[in-house]
Amino acid sequence: MEQTLIQVEDAPSNQVRLEDVQLDITFEQLKRLVSPRALTGETMLLNMGPQHPSTHGVLRLLLELDGETIVNCIPDIGYLHTGIEKTAESKTYLKAIPLTDRTDYLAPMSNNLAFCGAVEKLVGIEVPLRAQYLRVILMELTRMNSHLVWLGTHALDIGAMSVFLYCMREREMILDIYEAVSGARMMSSYIRPGGLWRDVPAHFPQLVQRVLDVFPARLLEYEKLLKENPMWKERTVGVGKISAEDAIAWGMTGPCLRGSGVNYDVRKAQPYSSYDHFEFSVPVGSAGDVYDRYLCRMEEFHQSLKIIRQAMAKLPPGPVMTDDRKVAPPPKHEIAYSMESLIHHFKLWTEGFKAPEGEVYFAVESGKGEYGVLLSGDGSSKPRRVHFRAPSFHNLQPISQISKGALLADIVAIIGSIDIVLGDVDR
Amino acid sequence: MVKLVSQPICPVADTRDLPQALRQALSDKISEVVVFRDEVTLVVPREHIIEVLTHLRDVQQFNMLTDETCVDYYPREPRFGILYQLYSLPRNLRLRVKVMLSEYDPKMPTAVGVYRNANWLEREIYDLFGIHFEGHPDLRRILLPANWQGHPLRKEVPVAVEENAFSFNRARIDAQKPYATE
Amino acid sequence: MGLEQKLGNMGVVTTSLEKAIGWARANAIWPLLFGLACCAIEMMSAQASRYDLSRFGMELMRASPRQSDLMIVAGRVSRKMAPVLRNLYDQMPDPKWVIAMGDCASCGGVFNNYAIVQGVDEIVPVDVYVAGCPPRPETLIDGILKLQAKIKQEPLTKWQ
Repeated sequence: MEQTLIQVEDAPSNQVRLEDVQLDITFEQLKRLVSPRALTGETMLLNMGPQHPSTHGVLRLLLELDGETIVNCIPDIGYLHTGIEKTAESKTYLKAIPLTDRTDYLAPMSNNLAFCGAVEKLVGIEVPLRAQYLRVILMELTRMNSHLVWLGTHALDIGAMSVFLYCMREREMILDIYEAVSGARMMSSYIRPGGLWRDVPAHFPQLVQRVLDVFPARLLEYEKLLKENPMWKERTVGVGKISAEDAIAWGMTGPCLRGSGVNYDVRKAQPYSSYDHFEFSVPVGSAGDVYDRYLCRMEEFHQSLKIIRQAMAKLPPGPVMTDDRKVAPPPKHEIAYSMESLIHHFKLWTEGFKAPEGEVYFAVESGKGEYGVLLSGDGSSKPRRVHFRAPSFHNLQPISQISKGALLADIVAIIGSIDIVLGDVDR
Repeated sequence: MVKLVSQPICPVADTRDLPQALRQALSDKISEVVVFRDEVTLVVPREHIIEVLTHLRDVQQFNMLTDETCVDYYPREPRFGILYQLYSLPRNLRLRVKVMLSEYDPKMPTAVGVYRNANWLEREIYDLFGIHFEGHPDLRRILLPANWQGHPLRKEVPVAVEENAFSFNRARIDAQKPYATE
Repeated sequence: MGLEQKLGNMGVVTTSLEKAIGWARANAIWPLLFGLACCAIEMMSAQASRYDLSRFGMELMRASPRQSDLMIVAGRVSRKMAPVLRNLYDQMPDPKWVIAMGDCASCGGVFNNYAIVQGVDEIVPVDVYVAGCPPRPETLIDGILKLQAKIKQEPLTKWQ
């Protein structure tokens, strides 16, 4: 590797391929990222994405291949850059919530909670216990929702089609709950600063009970299909390894970090939304490969069900929204006879509530890892800056290290196992 | 193999002693310690930032860079604030480090040498705010196309530019369309 | 079996070439396997167990634009993605159609900002707009059926 770079003029004629690559990058910059062998044409550059069925969206990878072995992997992101952070600066705190749904669109409720938690911390709002418990239930359902899409697409990429169809079937049950509580299948915007938009409908317990009844058997079914499947193990065991030290240094979180054997879960380390009221365990792997990440996520299904079961049993009655009229809209019936409520309602929806000047950071454990919101208020009703600490962004970054030396077919398994959502990476 | 753990590495830590401890350890390198909503923020002058981050990582065990971003405090001067959100796994503590930068000199030493994952985060800040990170191994745009003009998350850039919807000037409409480039 | 029995003694079906080709084209659309954002997840749902798009002869998603004739733009198109999207459209063989799925692809949706193309019709010609953020799978299926009805009526001279 100590070779000096070969000058372009000296290189053999087949090196033109390097300049043909359209990678929003100059030739000089690219030369620093690939190995010197690419300049002589000894290794091959292969473009993967942004339109590729196995990149889980519009991820683009530039792969430098020596035969089938990956020498270098250069990710190129930003194909789904949506400007959500800038748009959120122009909206009041309440109106920025729908934007958060659309960052990690497989786990919209986690994003809602992260943003609302940051706003609650900044303004200093207390959330009623019933709302906290309902948030926990919905968060765990969201985690299962996110993991179901992960399992389905991950298995599909590796070649197990039927798992995808099963996972999407089960996911519909969770989307039914979303629809019952918020009216939308995916973009819920259900969690608001101070609590929830409204109480859950009367048939909510039955819907959740259906999930609790059906899932254990279905999970067994998935595990029967994959867990001891020799082909699955062939593709995943020992593939895409990352050590615990490297995972921490790269800022990985969630099942990717726990698969490497680090016990870090925001729900346990810094409990929010009364997660400390429930008994559950955090699955921690050891090998740090694709298979261990798979095992961690599969175990998280069981833990999520356990939390939901406890939360449903302990769900207290009471309001789901704080009674602080400065941040929470008054109930509809109050507006009919109370002038003050009408004014509050009007002020809240036109001007919004004001947040003090300062910065707060609030993190939740979403399905993919630590989803944090760094919120900077400027004393007005709009944030000065919202920054989403996207778990996918941090988990994707070490892919160049993880995939070094892997086979070309393994990159598909690696992308699937780190479970990225491009809406989250690019925001 | 997966084992089930029911306790975190360290129980939720108390942040009350942290400002005092950091003041003692880094007295000459930090300009201010701010506590807001139980969150501790160190304000550090630009020239000491790498020393402070290295100390925090090696001595104070803040081994994870959770987030790094920039806040535009326009119209204040110094205008930009670079925020490092650190987390310590063994101590279960969060800490924020802040560096204020002038509008006329938006330059920073890179933190890639201390925390590896600062690489993409600094590229993002460079892309969206135009802060230049000196010594960064691969400083180029990450989210926006390479030929993009300006840095959109600065406050002087509007969120969107409304285009004239009913123009009959075909040349002008055509010029705005992002055609494929061969 | 099949057609002869249903036709009884008629034996022969007469129609115009235009109608026959339109019928064939409409019932064998191969969409491009191409997801952008949130709507792509609903597009996946539309193909998966509950909604089962293959009932309408649409299940064969092709990963290569060279083999497909329908592009479902499922999600927001950023300024960086726009040239890529146009490239994909140009690679598709004629005849080809485009569905703008969701508000973002139709008009920019909630993202009226610097990064998002305000409607994919700025880049490629759109045949059917499907509203919703994201549209439910039923809405997408309805949009596809609308497109099928449209294809059946297209004159033969439209595609050279």
